[in-house]
Amino acid sequence: MNLISSKRFGRSARHAMALILLFTVSRVSADWQLNMREGVTDISRAVYDLHMVIFWICVVIAIIVFGVMLYSVIYHRKSRGAKAHNFHENVYVEIAWTVIPMVILIGMAVPATGTLIKMYDAKEADIDIQITGYQWKWRYQYLESGVDFFSSLATPAEQINNEEAKTETYLLEVDNPLVIPVGKKIRFLITANDVIHSWWVPDFAVKKDAIPGFINESWTVAEKPGIYRGQCAELCGKDHGFMPIVVEVKSAEDYEEWIKQQQLAQAQKAKSAQKRWSLDELMVTGKEVYDKSCAACHQANGAGIPGVFPALKGSPIVQGDPAAHIDMVLNGKAGTAMQAFRDQLSAAEIAAVITYERNAWGDALGDIISPSQIAKMKQ
Amino acid sequence: MMNQTKSQTKSHKKLIIQLLLGTVGMFGFGFALVPLYDVFCRITGINGKLDLTPGVYQANGVSGREIKIQFIAVNNESMPWAFKPKDSSLRVKLGQTYQTAYWAENLTPNYMVAQAVPSVSPSDAAQYLEKVDCFCFNRQPLNAGEQREMGLAFNVLAGMPAHIKTITLSYTLFDITAASDKSVASND
Amino acid sequence: MSTSTEQLVSSESNTQEIHHGPAKGITRWFYTTNHKDIGSMYLWFSLIMFMTGGCMALMIRAELFQPGLQFIEPDFFNQMTTMHGLIMVFGAVMPAFVGLANWMLPLMIGAPDMALPRLNNWSFWILPFAFSMMLMTFFMQGGAPNFGWTFYAPLSTTFAPPSVTFFIFAVHMMGISSIMGAINVIVTILNMRPPGMNMMKLPLFVWTWLITAFLLILVMPVLAGVVTMMLMDIHFGTSFFNAAGGGDPVLFQHVFWFFGHPEVYIMILPAFGVVSEIIPTFARKKLFGYSSMVYATSSIAFLSFIVWAHHMFTVGIPLAGELFFMFATMLIAVPTGVKVFNWVATMFRGSMTFETPMLFAIAFVVLFSIGGFSGLMLAIAPADFQYHDTYFVVAHFHYVLVPGSVFSIMAAVYYWLPKWTGNYYNEKMGKLHFWLSFIGINITFFPMHFVGLAGMPRRIPDYALQFADFNAISSVGAFLFGFSQLLFIYNIVSCIRKRNKASAEVWEGSHGLEWTVPSPAPYHTFSKPPKVD
Repeated sequence: MNLISSKRFGRSARHAMALILLFTVSRVSADWQLNMREGVTDISRAVYDLHMVIFWICVVIAIIVFGVMLYSVIYHRKSRGAKAHNFHENVYVEIAWTVIPMVILIGMAVPATGTLIKMYDAKEADIDIQITGYQWKWRYQYLESGVDFFSSLATPAEQINNEEAKTETYLLEVDNPLVIPVGKKIRFLITANDVIHSWWVPDFAVKKDAIPGFINESWTVAEKPGIYRGQCAELCGKDHGFMPIVVEVKSAEDYEEWIKQQQLAQAQKAKSAQKRWSLDELMVTGKEVYDKSCAACHQANGAGIPGVFPALKGSPIVQGDPAAHIDMVLNGKAGTAMQAFRDQLSAAEIAAVITYERNAWGDALGDIISPSQIAKMKQ
Repeated sequence: MMNQTKSQTKSHKKLIIQLLLGTVGMFGFGFALVPLYDVFCRITGINGKLDLTPGVYQANGVSGREIKIQFIAVNNESMPWAFKPKDSSLRVKLGQTYQTAYWAENLTPNYMVAQAVPSVSPSDAAQYLEKVDCFCFNRQPLNAGEQREMGLAFNVLAGMPAHIKTITLSYTLFDITAASDKSVASND
Repeated sequence: MSTSTEQLVSSESNTQEIHHGPAKGITRWFYTTNHKDIGSMYLWFSLIMFMTGGCMALMIRAELFQPGLQFIEPDFFNQMTTMHGLIMVFGAVMPAFVGLANWMLPLMIGAPDMALPRLNNWSFWILPFAFSMMLMTFFMQGGAPNFGWTFYAPLSTTFAPPSVTFFIFAVHMMGISSIMGAINVIVTILNMRPPGMNMMKLPLFVWTWLITAFLLILVMPVLAGVVTMMLMDIHFGTSFFNAAGGGDPVLFQHVFWFFGHPEVYIMILPAFGVVSEIIPTFARKKLFGYSSMVYATSSIAFLSFIVWAHHMFTVGIPLAGELFFMFATMLIAVPTGVKVFNWVATMFRGSMTFETPMLFAIAFVVLFSIGGFSGLMLAIAPADFQYHDTYFVVAHFHYVLVPGSVFSIMAAVYYWLPKWTGNYYNEKMGKLHFWLSFIGINITFFPMHFVGLAGMPRRIPDYALQFADFNAISSVGAFLFGFSQLLFIYNIVSCIRKRNKASAEVWEGSHGLEWTVPSPAPYHTFSKPPKVD
């Protein structure tokens, strides 16, 4: 019996410790992080403050209720000679513990309502960015400046398969981050290409579902330059855990500079389709594209997953007429998981990956697919 | 059943009839829900998000208030058409009808049929965006390599609340070739 | 509760008049219409499902023990999380409560059996077939359902593996089983009470099951509707959840959660009933505030219908909608709080002993309340933007379901095992099972609050390095909790086999008609209605 009472003290001590830690923590080492982050926007801070207020109210109520229970467990036990009293109702007490919680709830609802109203703020935005969720990457399109790119997980498969050591940004790094300027209102127009995804950046307290066929909007004003990382927050299939979000907040000048660079790079990609590529150049670029965009399903060795994703090695499409192979990569296959890569990859990248697939595994056909040929088909 | 009195049998019969009527009634209610939903949505103003019926031109008067309307084009899944808005955004006065268009091109070597599905953000604005004529009302068939400019006439109603200053209208293009009858003429 | 033992002696001796014991042979179990037999079958079925779902949980926690992919592929991981949820919700928790209802409701109201005994048999026997079908999908091409137990469209329609069709059939079967069972419960409670037992004399377990049965009848058809719409979309060219044809994936979420939210109250209301039986017994004191307990339970049931969109705060609902659902959800805290206070007031100034059922019941009150607090935090819509679809939600619902529903089921089993088997279970082993489970549960699920707040999403097989330490702790706790359940099985089996004769009364402070029949309860009881004053 004594063992039991000491275990209960142990439980209370553990709770007290967690509380004290939470109170002192918002910048504890990330490994043992106990609490939500404050974030870098007005809204994220308002959400954090709300979270803390509700939390402390719950803690106080818990201490009172569990305290009474603990007291009873110690002093109202038969082994201590306690005799059971007879009361089993009391209207005043019942009314009190109905009304008081209601008042507390109203007290919570007021700041909650205020913060929610702030989140629906409709002030004019400075920049509009369309975000589209794909299986399993994000696409960012800057509506005014025409910058348009895909953002995929950059963590190499070797790290995921425990063949290499994992870096600090394991699973939270991408090839092309979203870049926004500090202090400006950015409006996000969020949709999806296939299934429901959800775009979430904890440091902004922005989370909005990406629903195919529909557009949702959200917004943020980032107050501090830096790199902020988030993840997809709605189960979307196999690689739901592998499509992170990285936002780089730059100063206004750096942002303008970056936009110019992006526009230049896009123009160059279009031009690069026109120059002549050698087989070696195509194979090198092709392998990079393959590893990033195709290996997730078709596997690095081209063997696919039987019954789920077809093998490319030895496949009749890859070995046969290039036109069918090109059509498959450009336009995908309706009703399957094979996406259309027309918009996702440049003409040069498509030509390279098709060339790579036709030459990489054993029966090299020596085929070269030229980027200019693809560019004509892409328009 | 064996030792039932006459009144028990009678009350059983009554109960069975009531239960059967109830079942038929529930079925009927299910069918009646179709027109009932239309009434319900009209009264409450919900169902603003997906409006595929032409708006009747309302001579509400031009309000003078200007808002920005953005146009977005999205291809669903592997939809392999080029699909772009003619204007990426317009400044419009409430209550006035405007004309714009979307351009689509079938980049594949096959005949295909598409359906454009509109979506408006913020959702509060949806009920104020009247589409007088929209390419989303009809299926859009295109032959291989064919391109077309598809018109959209719209009117943002003057009653839209003042806190809405920017509307985004997005169209998602879906491939409905498999679900359509190929012999149907282009505007059905 | 106000029945004295003396007045029931007459009905006890009447049990001698009963004609026969159970049938012989295995067909006894296929053909039985006896509520005790059917109750036992439900309970054994639920225990098997609990261990099956538990194995899946351990596979999940094994993979999540460390960052990186070690044991299973991401798609199989999704199958594990999906099937773990489906099996625990529909195969473990719900059938367990139905089993308890079958065993105890007739005994508690002094009825000879359930009102519709053959329907009762069918309700049970649907389940093994439904779950065999669902489990066999693991062997299909494309694997078992992998779209989460909440199966949102279009992941569960256009993008689903072929097994989705069998999943839909299995759900239909389970739904029919639940609806028929619920009808049985309502008809029994409303029609088969003895003279003198008016509604406000019903034991709380009977009340909570009555209300739960109404919830089941109201929402299981909605679940049937939503999976049928899925079936239509997948196989018959409709577009309920597909924007291409004028539909909306969010429609799925509205219809599903209109079922889904009352469903979680279906899983907790009988637990409230169990705890309301156990605490008064071991505190040797009447339940505090009987009428408020009834009204609070009814309020919770009513409110459960108007809060569903709190699962959808990030979907793009307009401001007015978000505010309404936030307020309605917060409101549920009031009647729930009333119940917690009433349990505490029952304990207060009682004369308590801490046998195993009481340990589980007290742990229920504390840990369920912790789950309730995280639920209140989740109700706050702006904050929910940071909690939604993270491990904070996983922590919340596991606290209300595991030390909530599951603990109450274990409490009920220990409480009523002597009545079912005629033997006391081994008290030391019961307590050991309790403490190992209690410690295991907290080590598993408490750290999930932290990783969720730190930003770890749900349903991912691999995670960023900053979440590693707490995940390792959770996994250790999960294995401790999981293996401790072998003790539970051992305790039940030894109780059945080892002779340690229990009296009719079993527990010193027990009240109610079920304690007036001998232990073990005879095959047929209350052939003549008892006298109730």
